[in-house]
Formats: sequence, C-alpha cells, structure tokens
Amino acid sequence: MTAPAYQVSHLDALEAESIFVMREVVAEMERPVLLFSGGKDSIVMLRLAQKAFAPANVPFPVMHVDTGHNFPEVLEYRDQRVAELGLHLVVASVPDALARGLVRESPDGMRNRIQTPVLLAAVEQHRFDALFGGARRDEEKARAKERVFSFRDEFGQWDPKNQRPELWALYNGRHHPGESIRVFPLSNWTELDVWHYIARERIPLPSIYYAHEREVIERDGMLYAVNEFVRPRAGEELVKERVRYRTVGDASCTAAVRSDADTVEKVIEEVAATRITERGATRGDDRVSEAAMEDRKREGYF
Amino acid sequence: MTVETDADAGAASGGESAARRMDLLRFATAGSVDDGKSTLIGRLLYDTKSLFTDQLAAVEAVSAARGDEYTNLALLTDGLRAEREQGITIDVAYRYFATPRRKFIIADTPGHIQYTRNMVTGASTADLALILVDARKGLVEQSRRHAFLCSLLRVPHLVLCVNKMDLVDFSQDVFERIADEFTAFAAKLDVPDLTVVPVSALRGDNIVSRSPNMPWYEGPALLHHLERVHIASDRNLVDVRFPVQYVIRPQSTTVTDYRGYAGQVASGVLKAGDEVMVLPSGFTSRIASVETADGPVAEAFPPMSVTVRLTDEIDISRGDMICRPNNAPAVAQDIEAMVCWMDETRPLQVGGKYAIKHTTRSARAIVRGLHYRLDINSLHRDDSAGELRLNEIGRVRLRTTVPLLADEYRRNRTTGGFVIIDETTNRTVGAGMIVEAG
Repeated sequence: MTAPAYQVSHLDALEAESIFVMREVVAEMERPVLLFSGGKDSIVMLRLAQKAFAPANVPFPVMHVDTGHNFPEVLEYRDQRVAELGLHLVVASVPDALARGLVRESPDGMRNRIQTPVLLAAVEQHRFDALFGGARRDEEKARAKERVFSFRDEFGQWDPKNQRPELWALYNGRHHPGESIRVFPLSNWTELDVWHYIARERIPLPSIYYAHEREVIERDGMLYAVNEFVRPRAGEELVKERVRYRTVGDASCTAAVRSDADTVEKVIEEVAATRITERGATRGDDRVSEAAMEDRKREGYF
Repeated sequence: MTVETDADAGAASGGESAARRMDLLRFATAGSVDDGKSTLIGRLLYDTKSLFTDQLAAVEAVSAARGDEYTNLALLTDGLRAEREQGITIDVAYRYFATPRRKFIIADTPGHIQYTRNMVTGASTADLALILVDARKGLVEQSRRHAFLCSLLRVPHLVLCVNKMDLVDFSQDVFERIADEFTAFAAKLDVPDLTVVPVSALRGDNIVSRSPNMPWYEGPALLHHLERVHIASDRNLVDVRFPVQYVIRPQSTTVTDYRGYAGQVASGVLKAGDEVMVLPSGFTSRIASVETADGPVAEAFPPMSVTVRLTDEIDISRGDMICRPNNAPAVAQDIEAMVCWMDETRPLQVGGKYAIKHTTRSARAIVRGLHYRLDINSLHRDDSAGELRLNEIGRVRLRTTVPLLADEYRRNRTTGGFVIIDETTNRTVGAGMIVEAG
C-alpha cells in the first residue's frame, strides 16, 4: 500500500489540517469570528474557511481592527472581498475608540498597542468566544510556542507559562463565560507556504504586495511610504523606489522592501532567496525590544 | 485595486511544481542543551537556509551581552521572557525548514523541565523522533526515558544521534558501543525503525553530507535520512475510520437538500460506492460521493479533510464514526489505557471524574481503577500506587458516560488517543493511549 497515489503534498497536508481546525471551532464554539486585516495570511485563512464549509457559506463574520492608518488598496480589497462572499463585516475602529476616550494616542503615534483594548472591547460587545487569527509560528519566537487553540482569560491575556498541552489533533476549546480562545489555523505554515498556496489557488491580493513605484523615506534602515501618517522628518530624503510590501499592517509602522517582484512567481523566488524574516524586514513595532511581541500578546494582541 | 494572479501560475512556476512534489515530515527532538540539541537544530536550519540573518544577529547580540562564549543557538527558540531570564526552555517550540524534497516541522522539546509532558506532546504528532546523546557520556537515564516515551506514543521512526564525535576523536569503538547499548534497550521497547548516526553538530559532520572524518560509517548523513525515510506506509490505509466532525447543511436557496459529513480521514481509504456502517447507530449505507470544495475526489485517505455524502438519509451527527461493516472500531464504555498525567495542581485519582475528548467525540469519564504506575527509568510497575502525579504514567481503567468508538492506540494513533480535561478548570490534564476497549 505504498502507491504514490496515497501521498499528499505538504500544501495539501497543511490545507487539510487548517480546514480540520476551522471545522472544530465551528462545531464546538458558540460565536467564532475571523480576524481579517486584508493581509495575505488573513486572506489565505478566509480562502480556507470558504473551502471548509462549501457548499455552505462561511458560517461566521469577519472582523477588521481598523487602526485608521490604512493603505487605501487594502481597504478597497477588504470591502470587495466581503461583498463577493456575502460576509458580515464587523469593524472595531481605533479612531472611534479614541473619540470615545476608550484609548489614548501613544506618544510615538503608533497604534499597534492601542488596538488591543479596541479588539477586546469588540470581543466583549459581540460576545465572540473564538477568534481566528492568521499568525504563524515561523513569524516570531513568542509565536513559536503558541498553541493552535490558545486560551485567553477574561482580560484577553495570554499566559505563555500556563498553556494547555495540545496533543494529536485534539483541541481543547473549553472555557468559561467571558473567556475566549484564539485559534491559529495557519500555525504550521511558513511565509513561503502561504505564497505557494496563493499561487496554487490563484488568490487575488491587494496590489501593494507586488512591486510598484512609491515615494519612500529610509528610517531605521527601513523604507516607509510617505502618506498622511508618515511624514519626512528633518534630514530624511524623499526618494522614489521600486518596492513591495511583505506584510500589511498599520500604515504608520509597516515598511516596504525594495523589490522587482511584480508577479506571484517572482515573489516566491524572492521569498525563497531572502535572508531576513518578514517581520524583521518590515515591522517597526517588533523592534522595540527582544520580547516586544510576547508583551503585546500577553495584553491580548493577536 | 487588486491583482489577479497569473492564470497559469501553477503550471508555469518551477517553484510551485517543486512544492507540489514535497511532502511533510513532523519530527520531535529530545535532549538537553548539553547534548548539543540546539546546535543541531541550528545547524539544520542554517544549512537549509531556514535561519535568517536578523534572527542570527539577534541571537549573537544577546549571547554577547550575556557573556556566552559561543553563540547560544538555544536563544533562537527560547523566545519567552521567562526563558531568557532563567536560561531554561519552558515549552515545546515549533520550527520549520524545507529542502526540495520535504517540508519539516520540528517539535523541539526541552530536556529538563516538564520533559515528560512536553515530550509526549511533541511525540503525539511526530512521524520521527530524534534523540541526542553526548558521545563522551554515552546513554544516560534521560536517553532511555526519551526512547520509552517515543515507543509509548508509537512514533514510527527513531533516530539516535551520537553527537560530539569530534570530542572522542571520531572513534568507531565509542560509537558502536553506544549504538549497541541503545539497540539492545530499544529491542525491549516497541521501536519499529531505528537508525543511529554519528555526528558533530558543531562542526557539521554527517549532518548535511557524509563526513570524511568517519570513513568507517556507511550510513546516510542525518539530513539525507530525514529526507528519505519512508513514511508513506506508516499511515493506516486498511481500517476505514472517518470521525464525523461537522454536518454541512447549507441554508441556501441555490443549494437545496444538501447534507454532507465533514471530517478528516483518520485511516483507510474511502470512495464512492463503498458500503459503510455508521457508529454508534450501526446503520449501513453507501458512499454517494466524497467531496472537497474543489469538486469530488476519487478516493479519500489520511490526512485529507473531505465531505462524505451517503445514499441514504440517516441520522448522523458530530462524534459519530463512518467505518466498514466488517471492520469497525469497538463501541465501548470501559476503556483500559496508559495515561500520562500533565497537571501540576491535582493528581489523577481513582474515583475522579473528568471530561474526555476522543476523536470528535466528547464524554465524561470516571476513573475506575489504577492498575499500576510505571517507573519510566526502570520500566518497573508499581501496583500499590493510588494516584498519578504530574509527569507520571500509569495504566488506568475508565468508564465513560457514552460509548467511545475506539481502536487500540498501537493500531491507530488517531482513534486510539484521547485527552483528559478537568471539568472545573477546563485545563487539559492528561493524555491517554487506549490499550483495550470493550
């Protein structure tokens, strides 16, 4: 019984595992929601959700935690996708929360940290008990130790020293009212797996993932697009570069990389050859300290 | 604006066709920092270009700041604040690398703290386990424990890496003594496939390519073995087991009267036309089609996630199992199992009531008896034990509220394994491997 016909590729195995995880959540949890940023990982996750429940519709809403610092191409993509799939979109808005006084702008103007209370307030308001996130274990070392089903207490906190053992494919989603589970169906995917899957499934992406001309400034060794949130400081020179985005996050702290990769095949080649992690290359927010991600996650970040 | 990917992307891209041929191997590593495990993992990641310069630079900076004499590759995986502060590894870390032949998922389990809980967790999904020993020290108690846990968890392939061969002058005698001793020990366990490789992780001997320093060694380099070890036949393609995970019934005007049973194939091969039996009801029917979102498939086998449709309308819900009329799991409320206890706050006690999760089925269970506690160093059975504490393993008899649809773990790792959950704290407190269901 060793015929090659009974083997699956690694992409098929990853897909099967992710679909299994999503079905477990829908079968066992009361009110799941999928965190959708318009980034490639959440886009792949949404595709997997479509596949997991076909021919039925995706049986949960999607939520965008909107920092107000958006790339217009990404917002447009979000709205188009939501309309196409007939999804219910919940927007947890940081600008609204600022106006209501729920959070205050941080001195550096970055909204990465203040989106956490906004996310948690939306979870409480809608009584979501399971949140699908697109985080992958290869992204960051704190994430390398996170469970597929990651328990959060009533304050949304993650306790890395007190995680539930996760054996076989037996996921424990039990929780008390007010507590919740973050679920990461892409835990075992790498950046390259995600791109191979985007190619195989022919999934459209926001245009900023592919090489384009853009006016940027170089800051702390990273290329930031100049827009209404990022202004050149004294001594910073505005230059036109051919760039693309490896990750899509808050427009004030997500940097672009120099690239000529304007097709999915070229991106795959580029990612396969790169020697710098995607967060290391593009995220100002992870550079704060060695444990920046762990600290944010403990507070309830994605 | 959105960009459609090139319609011929899949066919045109060499990367994609290579990706199509790759399969997936999950392996667990066991050992301590002293055995050079982190160095070995670092070496595998580095030599397969899966370690990035910013990760390496960060580790070098932290190592230098701490005054380490060498770049401490353990810091690659020890990302948590507490781990850095205490210089220990707390939890299983997952690492990824790929070669053109295979994608690898490493479950890196710490050697000291909570080693049983972590090792059992890492081994539960592993196709292969890699145990490290220091050539200067030979087998230690921990190596035997690791080998035992791998056999308990039925990891199909075991690799013993005799590391630091450079520090014993690449001595064939030293290597063979350790290999013989380990092979003799493994024979007492249930280890289906054992390979022993002499390596120096630090210098790279026998990691990616055969080392000129050990011409007497005729086996493959470690990576070569990992890439080629035959895992396809580890899957059980004989016993059809399809735990129903979710019933798909679209509430739609365009798709009407659709009823499909979604799940992941645990074992066996399912195809349209097959006669099947559904447990626990015992009703029989035929498979009308096996479907995915991309259309019907000719056959479904592990680990595919599919939707099965039957020719008859019968009442099936989550937790039921589709199997064959002449090859079915036990339908049992009395379960004999080896249990590994994982909770530090409360021990497993006879008379204790717990929730259990087995395939897609949930039940409550009472512990009817503890036959013995196993000393995993001596394999001695202590039948006077009254409870199982954290990291202890014992043979337990359970009675469940509803029948489990169960196989022996040694025959089926999916339908033979279960977890025990504390009903008040909701924590996962134990892992069970079914010995007998009846």
